[in-house]
Amino acid sequence: MMKTWQAGKRLLPMTAALGLLLAGCGREDLSVLRPQGPVAESSYGLMKLSITIMIVVLLIVFSIAAYVWIRFRRKKDQDEIPKQVEGSFKLEVLWTVIPLILVIVLAIPTVKVVFAAGNDHSDDKDAIKVKVTGHQYWWEFEYTDYGITTAQDLIIPTGKHIAFELSTKDVLHSFWVPSLAGKMDTNPDGTVNRFSFSAPNEGVYRGKCAELCGPSHGFMEFKVKSVSGEAFDKWVASMKAPESVMPEDPVLAEKFKSQCLTCHAIGSMPASPVAPSLTGIGSRESVAGILLNDDTREDGAPVLENLKTWLHDPQSVKPGNKMPNPKDMGLSDEEIDGIAEYLAGYTLE
Amino acid sequence: MAHAAQSLQPSQPLQPGHSAKRHTGLMDWITTVDHKKIAILYLWAGGLFFGIGGLEAILIRIQLIKPMNTFLDAQTFNELITMHGTTMIFLGVMPVIFALMNAVIPLQIGARDVAFPFLNSLGFWTFLFGGLLLNLSWVMGGAPDAGWTAYTPLSSTGYSPSHGVDFYTIGLQIAGLGTLIGGINFLATIITMRAPGMSFMRMPMFAWATFITSAIILFAFPAVTVGLVLLTFDRILDANFFNVAGGGNPVLWQHIFWIFGHPEVYILILPAFGIISEVIPTFSRKRLFGYSSMVFATILIAFLGFMVWAHHMFTTGLGPVANALFSVSTMLIAVPTGIKIFNWLFTMWGGQVRFTTPNLFAAGFIPTFTMGGVTGVMLASAPADFQFHDTYFVVAHFHYVIVGGLVLGLFAGLHYWWPKMFGRMLSESLGKWTFWTFIIGFHLTFFVQHFLGLMGMQRRVFTYLPNQQFDTLNLVSTVGAFLMGVGMIIFLVNVFLTSRRPADAPEDPWEDGRTLEWTIPSPPPEYNFKQTPLVRGLDAFWKEKMAGHKAMTPAEPIGPIHMPSATILPFLMSVGIFIAGLGFMFSRDEFSSSIMSFLFNNYIVTALGLLITFGSMLMRSLFDDHGWHIEPEELEGR
Amino acid sequence: MTTAHAEAADGTLPHEPEKATLEGRNKVLAFWLFLGGEAVLFGTLFATFLALRNQTNEGPSAAELFHLPLVAAATFLLLVSSLTSVFAIQAMHRGNVAQLRNWLVVTVLLGLAFLILEIYEFSVYIRHEEFGMTTSAFSSAFYTLVGFHGAHVAFGILWISVLIGQLAHKGLTVVTAPKIYVSAMYWHFIDVVWVFIFTVVYLLGKVG
Repeated sequence: MMKTWQAGKRLLPMTAALGLLLAGCGREDLSVLRPQGPVAESSYGLMKLSITIMIVVLLIVFSIAAYVWIRFRRKKDQDEIPKQVEGSFKLEVLWTVIPLILVIVLAIPTVKVVFAAGNDHSDDKDAIKVKVTGHQYWWEFEYTDYGITTAQDLIIPTGKHIAFELSTKDVLHSFWVPSLAGKMDTNPDGTVNRFSFSAPNEGVYRGKCAELCGPSHGFMEFKVKSVSGEAFDKWVASMKAPESVMPEDPVLAEKFKSQCLTCHAIGSMPASPVAPSLTGIGSRESVAGILLNDDTREDGAPVLENLKTWLHDPQSVKPGNKMPNPKDMGLSDEEIDGIAEYLAGYTLE
Repeated sequence: MAHAAQSLQPSQPLQPGHSAKRHTGLMDWITTVDHKKIAILYLWAGGLFFGIGGLEAILIRIQLIKPMNTFLDAQTFNELITMHGTTMIFLGVMPVIFALMNAVIPLQIGARDVAFPFLNSLGFWTFLFGGLLLNLSWVMGGAPDAGWTAYTPLSSTGYSPSHGVDFYTIGLQIAGLGTLIGGINFLATIITMRAPGMSFMRMPMFAWATFITSAIILFAFPAVTVGLVLLTFDRILDANFFNVAGGGNPVLWQHIFWIFGHPEVYILILPAFGIISEVIPTFSRKRLFGYSSMVFATILIAFLGFMVWAHHMFTTGLGPVANALFSVSTMLIAVPTGIKIFNWLFTMWGGQVRFTTPNLFAAGFIPTFTMGGVTGVMLASAPADFQFHDTYFVVAHFHYVIVGGLVLGLFAGLHYWWPKMFGRMLSESLGKWTFWTFIIGFHLTFFVQHFLGLMGMQRRVFTYLPNQQFDTLNLVSTVGAFLMGVGMIIFLVNVFLTSRRPADAPEDPWEDGRTLEWTIPSPPPEYNFKQTPLVRGLDAFWKEKMAGHKAMTPAEPIGPIHMPSATILPFLMSVGIFIAGLGFMFSRDEFSSSIMSFLFNNYIVTALGLLITFGSMLMRSLFDDHGWHIEPEELEGR
Repeated sequence: MTTAHAEAADGTLPHEPEKATLEGRNKVLAFWLFLGGEAVLFGTLFATFLALRNQTNEGPSAAELFHLPLVAAATFLLLVSSLTSVFAIQAMHRGNVAQLRNWLVVTVLLGLAFLILEIYEFSVYIRHEEFGMTTSAFSSAFYTLVGFHGAHVAFGILWISVLIGQLAHKGLTVVTAPKIYVSAMYWHFIDVVWVFIFTVVYLLGKVG
């Protein structure tokens, strides 16, 4: 066993070179090849090791293939019968044993990391516990220690272990933040999954659903926002004691209450199982997970504009989603714009 | 002729010569029990479904050519990916595999037909009607949309209320029945019908591959049969297998599906291994390097293939012990696969390699399949798979294995055995054009998908947001897909042009044939071998050639050859199952016409279908088929 | 290969007429293979049942539901029918067509009695215990596993009945003998499956 380890060590320089090469691939907040946390880092380490081994294998196969194709091409007027070789015990043992060794070199760290990844931190007092619930097509995040629930934006403090408990309210989804960790399925009750990751640096990371869950599977995105400890505490405090601000116009407020709050929750209302909480929606990174609230980018727009886009026709943004069209619920265009303005102004400090 | 076929005319006396009842035209094809004709039927039907699956692939790639594309809507896209996967695997490549097995296996083992010609025909027709049923979904209310894996609860009535998934469960059930029948038939054929002197260890590698593949079919397909029954019951009878509210468990479906699904991967790839192991020695003029280790590796792959299914479920949450075990068992498959690759390379070593079209495909197969193989080992590492799983990396991997492995292998086999099947050589120059466009297109399409996956693009998304650095690679991938399409069209042109040329292929058109199929005319007469050959070693024909003989030594004197009668019963049985399936599927629907409601809701249509099937079965049992004979004079007269 | 259909010229049959022709040997071999597939089929159904057998969804549980004496009687009937099926094949090997027919008839009757008991059992569950296909995951798994077996018994009864008719019509030949032999293999197989069902479904259900 020690010897195979040594062989593995010898691959290290190649692995490092490969790492540099691959690091050019993809966005920092999205790519598996640019890990931003220790869990993604450990997956990436295994990937580099396996890619290195596999490139070695490919080079050997390609070289032999190229050699035989060129060297043993049938010449014109070549008529003698080639020697009919039955096989070679030595060679065959060689190419049984070498792959076996390569497999062992990969298997040992794999098994180690598998068991390390089993460490879910659900009993860790210092870890932040988050219950993730998948819905067609949005994500619900419940911070069980704080009794707060939010949607689409997962706010986490840097450096802390975040212990997840994953489940779904409808079909299977898979919770995936490529730059922070591998994915884990959200199953129905009875087969709930646990795992954890942490983000050492502040930043916003893209998360995705990775299990086919219906037409808008590709749009079931979310953001992970890692902030400093103080900022996180402040956010928790403002979530815990939220002002249940209502639209200023009393007619609009009544409409909002009777048409929107039958499904959605704001402020201190109990979390709704069918629709995302709207508390502080004006401060979120995106509307519906995919309309980015960032007008400095060409693919983003101001939050108000995104809210209007969404509210005027939710189906065109996310086909198959469960939100009824506000127009079908008797809201006029002006009322929809009014609610959009109200929501855009509903921010958390 | 050893056979088991029987006819409708029990009292018909044995008649000399060709006076037995024979059909022509369409009836000939519907009633044939000749393995060579059934091979052609499989090829046509498989080709048709392969074409449909290919068009679906092109539509998928057009939709993904740029971000936020609106060429297709999300629902249609999900139906297309589901049908593309299902069609390609069950209805596209499997029948072409069966086409080659049917065309070649009896010839390679020196038999006059398969063990059960009647069952052979039944297997084809059930497959065809299953496939037709599945594809009817496009015009009968929408195709299945839950992915080819049909994970519950997405595939349950609650989230997939149309009949799409019913077409999937019932269509696959019927098609799967055909596959199972074919598997049993080839197992029996290879065990009992080998020519004198052909021991197991003298069988050509393709025969070995067929044998092992059939064994995998036998032990894997019943699992999916049960899985599909359970899903059908959940959907149509409101059972609770996967329904959490009723105490069911959706993860159970994943286990059942992959206990079948992973061996299925080897059902697909082992025949390709067999084809490559025939083509490379022929065009290297050298015997297969390490024949016994090839046999051993094939058996080992099949065996390991049954104990790795959970590597498809690493992210389902099985716990570290299961993940570690399935990681290691999966990696182990690399060892026998590696043995094969090096054996092929060393078959060419010291040989005289001729790059005919079949051998070009075989040569392309080796590096391409190896790339698919190594990404497979990478996927086996569970913690890395947490990142790879359900991304375009996986899409790239399995297309490298199935297209880069199996489809290249099938192309090699089709070009190689085409003269034997049809008596005409495919055009070599068009064949080379097919190869180059197809393989370049293939690598363009799928190589970049590895990186798309690693950069964060998950699979089965109907479109993607801009600015994720996905755009260029997706464009490249789509361009590649079109190039593959061009390759396919060139192949079809080649087939068409070839069909208009005279059937003048000699018995041994590649001149270096090693196995028994090259000792008889192209295409072979319906009885294959006038006299059963005596086999004196591995590569029986080559051995005779080296001994200076032009032909095989016969193992029997010329005598009358007994042939099974043509029969329409297999076709009728399949029609019956088809009707019963449709009837069951719509048994809970409300129809505008009260007669329709009466017929469907009381299972009368289902019963009618089953009556046709079981009635045909009864006819087949009651009336013995005495077959007919081809007399020696006629054999000599040819 | 033309001997495939030949019968002994003097009209007597060989000791094992089911294996006298290649056709017959193929049939027996393929039927063994088929039973291998059937074993996987029932294995998967058993695995499903074991995974779901405690998911009663507030419906009746196995311990509340099953009435062992009835099931034991059914088990006894099926086991005896397997024995009579052995007697039938022994009679066939002796060339005694009358005995063969009689034992086959007894086998069919026992199978029929088993099936009637099973239908009665199901009807009691459905009518008096409110235990149907849709009650719970346990009920779905129960009806599917036991029902699949019951359907196999029903098919076996029909099959052997048809063969009894053929025996009367065509006599015992190298064509009918393999059919009777494989039907007996089938009958033993469903008997073995029932032994597992009795143990896994009923006994384990009563105990656990």
